[in-house]
Amino acid sequence: MEGQLIRDEDLEILMHELFNLYGYDFTNYAKASLKRRVNRLMIIDRFPSFAELLYRVKSDPDYLTRLIQELTINVTEMFRDPLVFKAIREQVLPVLATHPFIRIWHAGCASGEEVYSMAILLEEANLLHKSLLYATDLNPSVIENIKKGIFPMSQMKQYSENYIQSGGKNDFSTYYTALYDWAKFDDKFRYKMITATHNLVSDRSFNEFQIIICRNVLIYFDKQLQDKVLKLFDDSLEKLGFLVLGTKENIRFSPVTSRFKQIDNKQKIWRKTE
Amino acid sequence: MAEDRIIRSRIMLIGGSAGSLEIILNIIALIPATSSFIYVIVVHRKYSSDSVLEDLLANKTTLRVKEIEDKESIVPGTIYIAPADYHLLIENEYTFSLDASEKIYFSRPSIDVSLESASEIFKDSLIAVLLSGANADGAKGMKKVEMSGGLVIVQDPATADVSYMPEQALKLLEHPVIVTAQRLPEYLLMLHDHIVK
Repeated sequence: MEGQLIRDEDLEILMHELFNLYGYDFTNYAKASLKRRVNRLMIIDRFPSFAELLYRVKSDPDYLTRLIQELTINVTEMFRDPLVFKAIREQVLPVLATHPFIRIWHAGCASGEEVYSMAILLEEANLLHKSLLYATDLNPSVIENIKKGIFPMSQMKQYSENYIQSGGKNDFSTYYTALYDWAKFDDKFRYKMITATHNLVSDRSFNEFQIIICRNVLIYFDKQLQDKVLKLFDDSLEKLGFLVLGTKENIRFSPVTSRFKQIDNKQKIWRKTE
Repeated sequence: MAEDRIIRSRIMLIGGSAGSLEIILNIIALIPATSSFIYVIVVHRKYSSDSVLEDLLANKTTLRVKEIEDKESIVPGTIYIAPADYHLLIENEYTFSLDASEKIYFSRPSIDVSLESASEIFKDSLIAVLLSGANADGAKGMKKVEMSGGLVIVQDPATADVSYMPEQALKLLEHPVIVTAQRLPEYLLMLHDHIVK
């Protein structure tokens, strides 16, 4: 296993090929994490050397989907960090209740657990009927799942606990139907979701939103790319809109910081002030 | 060269799980207030939004205690704590980074991940300490540190609340320093003073 550690030069070569051949730009991703992903992929797909991985990437375009999916991180859960959802419930949604229409962007939504969590919050605030949840991710394969609304049954106990910690008062199991090992969420949620592939590195703003949620995505980017993406969010948020980031992420050192104010010191939620 | 070694020898990564808190507090209490080492503590704990561990450690030292945020700068003379629910990586000599990928050995943060990442950046200037715990996390990471020329120190399993974790590491390591729980804080202080001198 130790022998498979790729070198910094290898990583450069791979990034270069991915950009030249397929247009995926990983140049400004944080190196430590990306390197780990490449090493991990080499182990699980049994590449004896970096040269073999590189050959596969160059010669087999069908392998790209898998490569991108494995290089990026799609780990997510429903109501992850429940207190963030509690803050959204208590401090964000009441402000938006008077809006005629609510548009929310989940940027880097992975398999959509967070999008469904948000839809449940909206339903409970009686706002779902006038909301649209835009779910975008770089990976075409993971967002497919959002349209189905099916998640592993084995996770439901944990999600139910998270839901209660987020201030949920209902029986969580009323939101889904159990089908053997799977939980199929009520169709009323997915009817309010619009999915699309969107690459934060290269794609532009496509609408104006009241809330943008992008948690644990910026941690994989270097400072320069973070600033660029935060600018994109700023451009995509309406005045007085809300930006929700991961619990260890911050806009403090970015140029947009002066245009935002954190709403609750403990949670990473900012409101655009102008 | 020797001087370079001394300057770069100032990062100590302490990994622990079940039964490691008390000894971590004892270690922290003996770190000199003037230390310019970088201390990084990676322990398994349940996610919570409060700062209990940060507060406990801060009560034992006058050095700055900081839970790591995204792209946190690495500043000497600081005791850093890996945040719950993230893997802690070292981006380069001056910057930490975080990763929310799959748990490893049911753990996030994974001690293995941090040790491997730190050993790649700091190589032979890394001091790694592995304490009490109930799973196999840390063993592979300690091996990596040893292979990169770093110093590996393991709590004597006989003196650990839960001996499994140090035992697993000792199975892989070739030249570990094994120290009892009682002596460990003092041993690390001596090591610190020796390196600084």
